[in-house]
Amino acid sequence: MNHTNTNFQHRHAAHCESGVAASLMSHHGANLSEAMAFGLSSALSFAYLPFIKLTGFPLIAYRMPPKSILKGVSKPFQTRFRFETFRNPDDGLHRLDELLAQGKVVGLQTSVFWLPYFPEDMRFHFNAHNLLVFGKEGDDYLISDPVTELPQRCASADLQRARFAKGVLAPKGLLYYPESIGRTEVTAEAIKKAIKKTARIMLGPIPIIGVRGIHMLANKVAKLDISEHSLNYAGHIVRMQEEIGTGGAGFRFLYAAFLQEAAQITGIAELAVLSERMNEIGDGWREFALKAARMIKSREAFSPVSLADMLRLQAERETDFFRALKSAIV
Amino acid sequence: MDVSNVPQEGNCTLGNHRKALYAKDADGKMVIVPSRGSEADETVTMQAVDRMNALAADARTRALAGQTSPLEYWMYARRMDVVLLSQISGIWQWRIRRHFQPKHFLCLSPRLLASYADALGLPLAQLSTLP
Repeated sequence: MNHTNTNFQHRHAAHCESGVAASLMSHHGANLSEAMAFGLSSALSFAYLPFIKLTGFPLIAYRMPPKSILKGVSKPFQTRFRFETFRNPDDGLHRLDELLAQGKVVGLQTSVFWLPYFPEDMRFHFNAHNLLVFGKEGDDYLISDPVTELPQRCASADLQRARFAKGVLAPKGLLYYPESIGRTEVTAEAIKKAIKKTARIMLGPIPIIGVRGIHMLANKVAKLDISEHSLNYAGHIVRMQEEIGTGGAGFRFLYAAFLQEAAQITGIAELAVLSERMNEIGDGWREFALKAARMIKSREAFSPVSLADMLRLQAERETDFFRALKSAIV
Repeated sequence: MDVSNVPQEGNCTLGNHRKALYAKDADGKMVIVPSRGSEADETVTMQAVDRMNALAADARTRALAGQTSPLEYWMYARRMDVVLLSQISGIWQWRIRRHFQPKHFLCLSPRLLASYADALGLPLAQLSTLP
């Protein structure tokens, strides 16, 4: 079977879900960049979730849960996404082929571990990766994976395995596509609403979410001893921040890009200034990553307290920042 | 981050890929820049990979000495731990630990072996062998 959607344009993106949302909406004629998809869905966040363990370490997220970006762009663009999951893997395979035969570009949720084109060292068991399929040639699916520079190919057996991987956040073969798109330009109102929501989440009262979550993580780091396990813990924080498709510094640079676009569309000049500030906060996160990496490489003495201090400083900078962001939106 | 500061240090864990980072260009505009990665990123990824590889190597040594079953080796070789293998296979953690004992592993039913092989993405015959 050969079906290729020749109109489709692959785009390289920092993050899988915002990249998929931007590519999919753009393919259907809407004007949406990755950064705008990310900001418009209020995806920036911070969460320290000690009760969810990844290879023995707590989940540290710099964004909202999976699927929130797709849902977040639906309303401002008056779009209805159709989501389908499958109990029987064969049904999922046939449905994907059927949609491709209709000329659709289809979004999929997959595991990272079973995708053969991923670099070996990056293949971990993470089930909430997003990618687009835009065609099939013989047994190979043509894949636009937002985190790779060029389109990829993947044999159907491998893709099937990745789509029906089990465990936490199991994709159950999830596929999605927009059914109708009511609007092609984003409004200033939608942007303001999204910014308010982000400020509310970051400054919220729950101790593990937002800036309070950063403080909580800092307290936890301050209590670490100087064992091998603690070094792995520090490395784990940095991996969550830098390596899992974040566009650098736990999405902070991506959000700075969004604020810049938002300043133009809303005409609020203050947002451009705040974009600059967010960029600097991102640099602060990078410094934290570099410091931790130097300690892991034993280039400087491992000092959990100084890492915790850096985290506290970041929390304070973000507190000031989101207060300013809140008052910039009228 | 400015475009000139985007790390291009050649992170070996990326293979031939480049990852997209956002940075400020000369006009002050935030743009997407393909990055070859930084040493810091490489350090933390390799730390995690090395940790899994060390666990697998250790399990292999013990399996060769008859102290554990090949199941434990394959679990780590597939970058899983007991919690994850339990979530994926649907087999309780204490049962998995019990199946690490060679004498229990040898008596496993074909059905259980098949569940493990499926969860680990291995041909059934390979599960009882060591590389």
